[in-house]
Amino acid sequence: MTAVRCVDLSKTYRQGDQEIRALDHVSIDIDAGDFVCLSAPSGGGKTTLLNAIGGLDRPDSGEIYIAGERIDTLSKAELAELRLHRIGFVFQAYNLIPVLTARENVEFVMQVQGVGPAERRRQAEQILEEVGLEGMGERRPAEMSGGQQQRVAVARAIVSKPALVLADEPTANLDSTTSDELIDLFTRLNRHHGTTFIIATHDRRVMGYARRLVKMLDGRIVDDIRQHAA
Amino acid sequence: MTLRLAWRNLWRQPRRTLLTVGAMVFSNVLLIFLISMQVGMYGLMIDNGLKFSTGHLQVQAPTYIDEPKMRLTVPAAAALARELRGIDGLEASARGVAFALAASDERTYGVSVVGVEPLHEPSVSSLPGLINAGRYLEEDDAAEIVVGAVLAKNLKLTVGDELTLLGSGLDGSFAAAVVTVAGIFESSIPDLDRGFSAIPLGFFQETFFMGDAGHLVVVTAGSIEQVEEAAVEVGERLPDGVVLHDWDALEPALRQSIQADLGSSFFLYFVLVVLVAFGVLNTQLMSVLERTREFGIVLALGLAPGRVGRLVLAESALMGLLGMALGALFGGLIVSYLSINGFTYPGMEEMSAQFNLPASIHPRVTLVSLFAGPLMVLVFAVLASIWPALRLRRLEPVVAMRAAV
Repeated sequence: MTAVRCVDLSKTYRQGDQEIRALDHVSIDIDAGDFVCLSAPSGGGKTTLLNAIGGLDRPDSGEIYIAGERIDTLSKAELAELRLHRIGFVFQAYNLIPVLTARENVEFVMQVQGVGPAERRRQAEQILEEVGLEGMGERRPAEMSGGQQQRVAVARAIVSKPALVLADEPTANLDSTTSDELIDLFTRLNRHHGTTFIIATHDRRVMGYARRLVKMLDGRIVDDIRQHAA
Repeated sequence: MTLRLAWRNLWRQPRRTLLTVGAMVFSNVLLIFLISMQVGMYGLMIDNGLKFSTGHLQVQAPTYIDEPKMRLTVPAAAALARELRGIDGLEASARGVAFALAASDERTYGVSVVGVEPLHEPSVSSLPGLINAGRYLEEDDAAEIVVGAVLAKNLKLTVGDELTLLGSGLDGSFAAAVVTVAGIFESSIPDLDRGFSAIPLGFFQETFFMGDAGHLVVVTAGSIEQVEEAAVEVGERLPDGVVLHDWDALEPALRQSIQADLGSSFFLYFVLVVLVAFGVLNTQLMSVLERTREFGIVLALGLAPGRVGRLVLAESALMGLLGMALGALFGGLIVSYLSINGFTYPGMEEMSAQFNLPASIHPRVTLVSLFAGPLMVLVFAVLASIWPALRLRRLEPVVAMRAAV
């Protein structure tokens, strides 16, 4: 089954007088349960593609389907609903809400989904334990290391069991040990829950874990390799 | 969680939040003080205005209020007043009203001659307390008169002088009497001082051939709030052929002047509230600008743009509620103290004494005076946040997150 389908996506930005073609007629199909890395140098288009798939950014042309549903024509509110229920995001800069504790950050998405307080708390504590943050739920982001914050971000992304997780440079701010632990966590979740992962990264170690490596350059897919994961 | 998040967001910049809430508390205390003072002042205005002669209620013949003619009488007026005085908390006094020419040895002036019950008039009118020469009337059938100071001056009268009254009786016949000036009052109200006089009701009835009739029975309740209840009780005891009017019908100008004053006061209150609202607008605009990245995050996580806007509104509402609670607490304490001990300012005592009126204002603490101002501040604080909240609806998550990194 196809989790993500992109058909002939193009996107151009203006930066001053310069026109930057971030996506140039990109088409790609990603199977459900796959573990895909998008690799490109800076400005290669991987983040733009990730944002377009996640409904955070709209392409200038082309079509995007998530689990068979076309999303590039949805309204802002419909896209928000899609992200809330079907997509988990992990950002390079963790992007936790600073005034909430780790547990509350994890609960946030479920709360917006309308899950009751007791169930939210139970699931949040369970997922924090799963990502190795047992007993740290009441800490605020400022009281945690970068690796711990990124684990909270992962917990937040997967707690409501989305079918698709999009991660943008998730290891960029982490040391090698923490990066390995994080990717290990991703692969476990991918195997145990069947969650589809699309990770935009420069990190060669992360690429080593992927079953599919998609290389981009100047907004185009230049290579698409199936490989044995590490 | 929206409220929890909103509450915690407020304390990210505690100094800014405290300053904004402080401005709200200050304006709320000010509004509570001003509105309570105003309500108290209106009570005083009404009481004082009515105390001169109108009273809170009057029993009259049905059309007397529009056309005060001699023949439109209240039968057995003194007996009715006596019956009404039997109602707990009420004072009542009967009056007759006529117009006469008052002639002294040297001059003649047209005057209003009011027949009063000397024993009971002081309980419904402040005029008997304004005698500054001689004394007030004492006996119900004595041929005595009290006159205003200007009238006395015009007629060249002093206490003990005689005055001739010439007018028409109830039956249209010629009415005349010679009265002795018992006292001279000075009310500082030119119309009263120039053209008002009072004689005992018994003597009035005899002079103007009234029998036992009068023209009014003036009733006062303990306070303006008790008038409505008093009107019901008085209404139950009225004989046929008479009607009861309350102070609002008797003195429409009093309410109009209060309404005019209210209009100008509310403009000032509005300006104060708008100034506070601009403070909140400034705070929330700054706060929204600072958190652009964070709003991008919650939008990316799937929070609908409308809910992000509601978060900003919730923050303003929480600040407004905090301002309202503290404002109502401090403002309530201040006006409660003043409502018991009274509020006065230099010169007020002398001025009040001149009018035989209370020397201090007692602010009135009511739900309206406590919460009307703070509620306005709360509503305007939330309204002021609508613009920052609407700006968030246009926010693109990717742009928001990128812009602030």
